[in-house]
Amino acid sequence: MSLFDLVGNTPLVRLSRVIGQLSSGVEVWAKLEGANPGGSVKDRAASHILRDRIARGIPAGARLLDSSSGNTGIAYGMLCAELGLPLTLVLPANANRERKRLLRAYGVELVLTDPLDGSDGAIRHAQALCAAEPDRWLYLDQYSNAANPRAHELGTAEEIWQQTQGRVTHWVAGLGTTGTFVGTTRGLRKHRPDLVSVAVQPDGPFHGLEGLKHLPSAIRPAIYDEAAASRHLWAPTEPALELRQRLGREEGLLVGPSSGAALWGALEVARELESGVVVTLFPDGGERYVSEDHLWD
Amino acid sequence: MNVTILIPTALRSFVGGQSSVLVHAVTAGAALDELVSAHPALAQHLRTPEGKLRSFVNVYKGDEDIRHLQKEATPLVAGDILTIVPSIAGGAR
Repeated sequence: MSLFDLVGNTPLVRLSRVIGQLSSGVEVWAKLEGANPGGSVKDRAASHILRDRIARGIPAGARLLDSSSGNTGIAYGMLCAELGLPLTLVLPANANRERKRLLRAYGVELVLTDPLDGSDGAIRHAQALCAAEPDRWLYLDQYSNAANPRAHELGTAEEIWQQTQGRVTHWVAGLGTTGTFVGTTRGLRKHRPDLVSVAVQPDGPFHGLEGLKHLPSAIRPAIYDEAAASRHLWAPTEPALELRQRLGREEGLLVGPSSGAALWGALEVARELESGVVVTLFPDGGERYVSEDHLWD
Repeated sequence: MNVTILIPTALRSFVGGQSSVLVHAVTAGAALDELVSAHPALAQHLRTPEGKLRSFVNVYKGDEDIRHLQKEATPLVAGDILTIVPSIAGGAR
C-alpha cells in the first residue's frame, strides 16, 4: 500500500454542543481532513496533482516547484519523499516553526519570501523562478492546476454523498486555492443539482484566518469557478477563532483557524433553516499551530 | 524620534499604496497611534473596538516581536524600523 492510497476517506462527524440552538430538523456535519496521512485536506490536491504530473512524464533532472503557505507543501513533501522526487517549495518567511520543520523533515528545499507580501508574494516568486529557468523547474501550480478541484469532485464530494446517504442539502467551505470548494460543489451537484453551496472568505484583506484568501484583494486562482457559489459569506477573524477554540473544548475537535471560519459559515447558514443537512470541512488539525500564541491564550 | 513602519501588502490600500510610513514616536504604541491617526481606515484592521492590538497582528521592532519586549510601551530610538505582520502564516520570522 502506498501513501497515495491512504489519502481521503476521512471521517464525517455530526456536531452537537457547539452549534447552539437550531431547528430540530437541521443537522451540521464536518469532514475531518486532519485525518489524512499528511495531516490536512491538501493531501487530496497534492496526490492528484502529482499523479497527473507523473502520468504526463517528468523530464530527467527537473525539480518540482510550487508555492504554498504550508499545508500543500507538507503534502507534496510527504508524497515526493515516497516517490523519490526532488521538490522546492516557495513559502512566506513567517510561516510558523511547525511548518518549516515538517517541510525540512520531508527533505523539501525551501525558498522563503518576504512576510509582508503574504502567500501572493510566494506565488509571484515561484512564477519568477520558472520564467528565469523554465527547463529547471516543473511548476505544479496548485492555484491553476485542474487536478486540484478534480481531487475533490471525485473524492471529497463522493465521500460526503455516501456518508450522508445522499441527504446533504448545503455545502459550506472556505476559499483558499478554491479547489476544495469548487471541486466538491461540482461533484455534489452531479447528484443534487439544487445543492446550496456557500463560499466563506475572510471579511477583509488583513485577517487571521490562515489558509483562506480574501479574493477581492488577492491573486484570483485560475481554478476558481464563479458559478460554483450559490452565496458568499465574509467571516470575521475573532468570532471564527473563538469557534475554533470552542471546537476543542465542546466537541473534542482540535482544528486549525480556517476550520473556525468554516464552522462560522456553516452556523450562519444553519440558523436560517427549518430543516436541512449542512456539511462543512475542517481543513487541518490544531497541532500544526501550537507555536502561535494568540490561538491558545 | 523618526521611525519607519513597514506596511504589509494587504494594508497598503489604506495608506495610499505606500510600502512604508514615517512617523515620530518614542514607543511602539505611539507609533501605531500616529499611523492610525494619519490613516484612520487602518484602525479597524489593527485594533479591537476596545483599542487593543488585534490578537493575530504581530508588530516587530527589528527582528523582535514587541509582545516579547515591552509590548506597546516598547521604547523606540531614531531610525528604528517597525514591521506589521499578520500571523496569517505564523508568528515566527
